[in-house]
Amino acid sequence: MSTFRFTRTPIAPEQLRSELADPACGGYAAFEGWVRDSNEGQRVRGLEYEAFEALGVREGERIVAEALARFGVAHAACVHRIGALQIGELAVWVGVSAAHRDEAFRACRYIIDEVKHRLPIWKKEHYLNGDSGWVNCERCATAGSRDSPDDAADHRHVHEHV
Amino acid sequence: MSTPVANGAARTTHGAAPLLGLVLAGGRSTRMRTDKAALLYGGRSQLERAMELIKPHVARAYVSVRADQAGDPLRARFAQIPDTHENLGPIAGLLAAQARHPQAAWLVLACDLPLLDEATLAELVRARAPERLATAYRSSHDGLPEPLCAIWEPRSAAPLAAYVAGGRQCPRRFLVGADTYLLDEPNPRALDNINTPEEYRSAMTGLLPEATADAKHITVQYYALLREQAGRRDEALVTRARTPAELYAELTGRYPFTLGPEMLRVAINTEFSDWSAPLADGDAVVFLPPVAGG
Repeated sequence: MSTFRFTRTPIAPEQLRSELADPACGGYAAFEGWVRDSNEGQRVRGLEYEAFEALGVREGERIVAEALARFGVAHAACVHRIGALQIGELAVWVGVSAAHRDEAFRACRYIIDEVKHRLPIWKKEHYLNGDSGWVNCERCATAGSRDSPDDAADHRHVHEHV
Repeated sequence: MSTPVANGAARTTHGAAPLLGLVLAGGRSTRMRTDKAALLYGGRSQLERAMELIKPHVARAYVSVRADQAGDPLRARFAQIPDTHENLGPIAGLLAAQARHPQAAWLVLACDLPLLDEATLAELVRARAPERLATAYRSSHDGLPEPLCAIWEPRSAAPLAAYVAGGRQCPRRFLVGADTYLLDEPNPRALDNINTPEEYRSAMTGLLPEATADAKHITVQYYALLREQAGRRDEALVTRARTPAELYAELTGRYPFTLGPEMLRVAINTEFSDWSAPLADGDAVVFLPPVAGG
């Protein structure tokens, strides 16, 4: 199994989990990111992900390789959904199997954190009130021109969504 | 990746007059003292080169000839439209073409533009404004319209005929006074023409490589907010930008981008890169808005 990929169809975590099975592993940790019905006070009815896939796969594979090397886990993989998603759908899945639980948890956490900061993927939220916007792009762009420089810098942080 | 040709075709087929091509090869080449259409560049005559450039963009391409040139072997290989007026210069070719197909728009191209590149023609067709009288480039030399690499809409026929009937024959001055949609040239040397043996020699020796030395063919892909603001997923362009920073500044002049470069990262050929990395001919550039995975 490739260690990172994008998919346009729903993610099936059970099958992905079985691919990490290993008799030498005593622990498995996974993270599932789900589409939530609100973000920053706005009611969300759905969203779409758009990725620069060629670079995204490279960067995703690098992130997983870093986790394997850093935490000494046996296997790790990540799948990110692209396209239109409904509330409750699985947007991203990370799975790690290792000899012991501690490094599995830590590697899993490392991968999802890095994916959120480094992967060239963009999220457009569609709100119940009919508006839509690219997360981290629209508000930061207007805030940057209107508000203090500190404010604009703040918006460069990735907002927790899943 | 879509091509500029496909973009242009998609946009202009909707409600606009069909586009035909007219390569002007009826000049007397008096200053050149030899037939300009037959001058060779890279083993091909100028006329053949111009016909190859224009064909992908038009439903049918014609060569504009003087009545006495119809049997000339170089010109006889192509569909022709003979002039119906004498001693009018290039405008005679356009009048004859408009008389032959009054419902068509004409992509008019002089045959003596050895530096003309694919990107310049593609951009003209893509940016065509069918509701105007004509779409033309603004000369990088004097800011005036370039009438001989331009799209002339059917509605230009009547005012053009009246202009000629009034004793005038300069297509450039006609476009200055007409409802012309003007574009900036993607490659400022693309429309330099040649009229004398000296200009031909200089185009053959130093000038041609020099003109393209710092003009690079770059493809740009747009994602997310930048894709929406650019109104396209990708484009092929010719630019003199030396770095991604210069390229983004150039694109900001063309599109209503709201994200400053400090908000973006840049990738060249599918790898993260630096804003000051040197751009090379053929590079694929992507500007990356703030990401939001997970």
